[in-house]
Amino acid sequence: MNETIGIIFFGIGILFNFFGCLGLIRFPDVYNRLQAGTKCVTFGMIFILIGVAIYVGFNSLGVKSLVCMIFILITSPTAAHAIAKGAHKANVKLWEKSVIDQYEEDKVD
Amino acid sequence: MRRISLFFTSFVTWYLLTWPYDFKAQIMNWQIFIAGIIVSIIASLLFIKVFTQYPHKIFSPVRIFWAICYVPVLFFSMLTANLDVVYRVIHPRMPIKPGIVKVKTGIQSDSGRTALANSITLTPGTLTVDIMDDGHMYIHWIYVRETDIEGASKKIVQRFEPLLIRIFD
Amino acid sequence: METVFQVFFGVLLLCCFMCLYRIGRGPTAPDRTVAIDILGIVIVGFSALLSAVTGKEFYMNVAITWALVSFIGTIALAKYLEGRGFDE
Repeated sequence: MNETIGIIFFGIGILFNFFGCLGLIRFPDVYNRLQAGTKCVTFGMIFILIGVAIYVGFNSLGVKSLVCMIFILITSPTAAHAIAKGAHKANVKLWEKSVIDQYEEDKVD
Repeated sequence: MRRISLFFTSFVTWYLLTWPYDFKAQIMNWQIFIAGIIVSIIASLLFIKVFTQYPHKIFSPVRIFWAICYVPVLFFSMLTANLDVVYRVIHPRMPIKPGIVKVKTGIQSDSGRTALANSITLTPGTLTVDIMDDGHMYIHWIYVRETDIEGASKKIVQRFEPLLIRIFD
Repeated sequence: METVFQVFFGVLLLCCFMCLYRIGRGPTAPDRTVAIDILGIVIVGFSALLSAVTGKEFYMNVAITWALVSFIGTIALAKYLEGRGFDE
């Protein structure tokens, strides 16, 4: 029973991972790719790690996977934020059909 | 007080990472346990500078209660965010209208602002680009609906701000 | 049971190759950084799945360590993009 629930969780997580990587290829500029990549891959990874914890039961392996989940949940948005700020500082332009860029307007150098 | 909280935090992390107690055999591996105590003492002596200034906030039950209330809110908005992104990815013409807008937040503490920025990054269509010292944040929005500060703040920040003020301020 | 896991590993490998495509193709340096970050997280999931299948704890240790090292590497690359020193 536990194994079936675990496999369903793995399936959902891997589906979200796949769509995240597809977005990484299809979207037109860095910021949109960050959106797709970070959100979908983080969410899929949470599902996979909860699935591991259910699949193996409550022992050291399951607890470690939950710790790993909390760690990824904290660090992945931070890394995305750092990359976005670095890309904007490195003068990477937004997509040409973008509507507004108030960060560029407010920049004082 | 700060040293004791840091000791407990690092020891709990060590315990979760090694997990010396085996439930089936009912055996505690004391070697790992004692090594964890020694390492935690060393860590609490060395890294006191980078720890939080207000350790009493960690152990306050009211804050822990609101933090547990925060988990389903975050999970639900993550779910909608992912369905939204998947819809935009598999739609053949990609209905996106990106832009960077400015919002204002009323949260004062640094950890609260960090948590707000991470939550915004994980929720529908938004990504934090930069945080200013006076509480303004620049947000990349995948489908821009409001361009002025008040409207965008109402749409993006309002969902999390009341809970995060209760947890961190 | 075996077939299901083979399909899972195949899809994860496909994700890895998509990230590699973006690393090789990406027009600017931040594109490549994003792809490296995502590739690191996908490999963490791969390793976790492998630990569930084989039941060995070793793979989960690899996953945790990989998550840590990948995060630090991404932060270092982002700081390099921003044009700052590493000690700030």
